[in-house]
This record gives sequence, C-alpha cells and structure tokens, in this order.
Amino acid sequence: MAESRLADLDIEVGDIGTHNVIPLLHEIRHALAQLLEDGKETVIDLRSIPLAPGEEAAIEQALGEGEVQAVLSALGPSNFRETSYPGVWVVTHHNHDDKIVGKFVEVASIPALLRSQTEDMSAGLRRLEETLMEDGGSRGD
Amino acid sequence: MKNDQTLGEILRDQGISRRGFLKFCAATASLLALPPGSVTAIAAALESARRPSVIWLSFQECTGCTESLTRSDAASIEDLIFNTISLDYHHTLQAASGTGAEDARQSAMKENWGKYLLVVDGSIPTGNPGFSTIAGISNVDMLMEVAAGAAAIVAVGSCASFGGIPHASPNPTGAVSVADLISDKPVINVPGCPPIPVVIAGVLTQFLTFGIPELDELHRPMAFYGKSIHDRCYRRPFYDKGLFAETFDDEGARKGWCLYKLGCKGPTTYNACATTKWNEGTSFPIQSGHPCLGCSQPDFWDAGGFYQALSIPTGDISRAAVYGAGAGIAAGALMGALNRGRKSHAVRVHKKVTIDDLEKEHEK
Repeated sequence: MAESRLADLDIEVGDIGTHNVIPLLHEIRHALAQLLEDGKETVIDLRSIPLAPGEEAAIEQALGEGEVQAVLSALGPSNFRETSYPGVWVVTHHNHDDKIVGKFVEVASIPALLRSQTEDMSAGLRRLEETLMEDGGSRGD
Repeated sequence: MKNDQTLGEILRDQGISRRGFLKFCAATASLLALPPGSVTAIAAALESARRPSVIWLSFQECTGCTESLTRSDAASIEDLIFNTISLDYHHTLQAASGTGAEDARQSAMKENWGKYLLVVDGSIPTGNPGFSTIAGISNVDMLMEVAAGAAAIVAVGSCASFGGIPHASPNPTGAVSVADLISDKPVINVPGCPPIPVVIAGVLTQFLTFGIPELDELHRPMAFYGKSIHDRCYRRPFYDKGLFAETFDDEGARKGWCLYKLGCKGPTTYNACATTKWNEGTSFPIQSGHPCLGCSQPDFWDAGGFYQALSIPTGDISRAAVYGAGAGIAAGALMGALNRGRKSHAVRVHKKVTIDDLEKEHEK
C-alpha cells in the first residue's frame, strides 16, 4: 500500500500560525549579538515553545545550512548542524530508536557536548595506561 | 545492582559516557520545562541521587497507565529511569506471583522503611472491601499499610488522582482518590487517562533530582500541569480570531480551526499535551482534529458531553466548577456558564450558546 501523505488528504494546514517564528529568530539574533559582545552562550529549547505544524521546519529553513555537521553517538545519535549563521547551531538529540528526545538552538562558538568531557578524558587516560601496562612496555618506548 | 549506589555510579557502570549523561540531562531539562541552563544543576543532583526503591500498587484501574508507560519507546528517558530505580513490586510487571510477590513487597518495605517511593494507579473502593482485593487484602488496607512507610506517594492517572472513571456517577464502589485517604504524606498527582508516558517518567526524575516538585492546588506538578491546553495550543490564534470548526467535516475542520464549539475542554484542562505531545512528540488530540476531553481534570467523565461546548452548562458540574476555580480558571467559560441564566435557558431549549453570547454577558 502506498504511503499516505498529508498532502493527499483533503486537509489544509491552517494559514494562521502561532506567530512565534519571527520572535524566535529575533531571540536568536539577540543571543548571537551577546555571544559576540561578551561570550555568553544561549540555548533555546524548541520543544518548549508552542509551534503550529510546519513552523519548526520554517525556523530551520530560515536558519539554513552552514559549514559544519557532526554526529555524536551516545544514548542514540545526536546531530549538530551549524546554520548559515556561524555560531548558531541546531542540535537534535535522538534515542536508540532514532526518536527525537530534544531539539535545541544553541548559540555558541561550539556546542558544549561536542567538546571532550573531563570525566571521559580521565577515564580514557586510565584505559590507555592500563593497555600499555598490559603490553608490558612491549611497544618499545 | 546495589541500592546504595548513586545514579551517577549506576550510569557509569552501564558504560554511559559523560556526554551521554549530559545529553540525558538536556532531554530531562526539556521534559521538565526547565531552562536549558539548568542542565548542570540536574547533572549534579542526579550524580549524587541514591537508587530509590519503588513499590507500585494497582487498584481499581484498567492498566492503561502502566500500558502508557511501558508501551512508550522513548528508550533514553524512561528506560534510564527504570534501569536506575529499584522497582520492587508491580503486580502487572513482576515475574513473581502469589506469596512470592507479597513477600517481595514486605521485604522492600522493611528494608527501605521511610525511604521508598509509593506509586499508585487506580482508585480505591471504600464500599464493600471485597470490590477489589490483592492477595486477599482490600485496596484500602494495602494502601494504608504501604503508605505508612513511604517517603512520598505518586498517584498516577486520573483514577488514583481524582477517582477517575470508577468514581463517575453513581460511583457504585464508593471509589476515592489516594489524597482522599492519605493526609500525612506528600501526594503528587499525575492525572490523565492515561498520563503522557514521559510525564510519568519526568515526575519520577524530578522527584529523584529535586525532591517534591512545585505543585498546584490539585497536587499536580507545575512543570507539566502549570499551563492549560488552551494557553499552549497552536490553534489558539484561531480562537482569538473567532474561527471555529462547527462540525467535524466543515470548512473550519478542514482548515484546522479551533475546536471549542465541538466541545474542546482545552480552556479548563491543565496538562502538557500541547507541547510534550504523544507518541514521541508526534501529535496530540487537538492536532489530530479531535477536541480535548479534559481527562486530567477531576470528574471529567461527569463534566457534560464530550462534544458539548464548555459554554453549555451540565446538570451536575458543581464539583467540577469548584475544582476549576481552585485550578485558577478565574475568567474561564466554565465558571461563567454556571451562573448565567441565559445558559440555563439554552439547555432547556437545547440551543447552543455562541462566543458572541458569552462576550456580551462578560461585558454586562
């Protein structure tokens, strides 16, 4: 059976939205200005704002595509996409079933979760030391 | 898994990286409607939280609340929570039965007296004790026995929170809510028929993270029940412009206009459906073209027809009105409907009251 699409149904998406798209873009503009001014980073939770069907996509479309895309694999994939406005990132967290569990606009030079975390680096160092100990220095240093 | 481990230790034992943990905290902040900047505070609180023992009692219920939680497949949040709590008794989910099951409940209570979390779904019959029993113990007796040693009680679903459908007129079993029987312990109501799965998990997370959350007059967590469906509804602009669907197949319905006149209870219903939504944030009843039934409000089953506009009074809505007023619906259509002669007349002649009629009365 062919997959049904909204456009195939006799339903029109309303032409009156929540009017939250433009204010949100202004909020991002203010946040970017502040990042440049004093380095303060901002995170906006897109799921906390009432949006009509199609408005979330409209925000993403307005922000466009930038130069960087990254994927984090921890408790399911997370996508980090820099928009056409450098410093403005769209961050989407998925679970193991690839369902979205959070969607944010992060205004920062680099999203916090892309940085290596101190705890993970410490654990990694211990692991590397143990591996080298097990090898008994056979790697010839 | 030891009960004295912190949640941070448990997660690390499961091989979850700091990044994964912070991602979980970011999703939790979003779920709890906390500002994204609170991720650090959530992380610190969860790091040091102890693994709690949870006893889950099911009384007069349809198992819909447990189904809601277990059928959700948002694995990151709910699974993590349920992997980090010690669910010591849940008679639908546990493998043990009969004496073994009851022994598990008794030993969990004894080992964690004063510290365990009690979760209840279903209402409690106060008529004949034989109306609902578990292992020969009446629901009232079991609730009182387990509640005595609980740190707090979470009433999941509208039945445990307000009596729900068993409490509906004429209430043949004398069904009551948990809070009707327990007054010496904190009771957190998580109503809904059923509640949104991530809201159930979110309330448990909130309890583990910051203790008893901020509650409204009906003991519901403000994070999820602080705003009305109407306030957060994406169709609200249609309401404000007076654009309503009058039937399920008219131009207004096809254009996605407001469902108020089709009986939507959004203006008097407090829940997170309009923002958290259902099925991993896919949709919620109003987005699917159906009016809100008001299932997270007390006595929603007796609050008039599901397809009657709020402006139409019902025969017996006094209790609903009191609850509505308690929930802060100061200028709600429901309260207006109670005291206006015009609406009584409308019921007698089965005539619908329009928004214009309401506004005219408001101006009087």
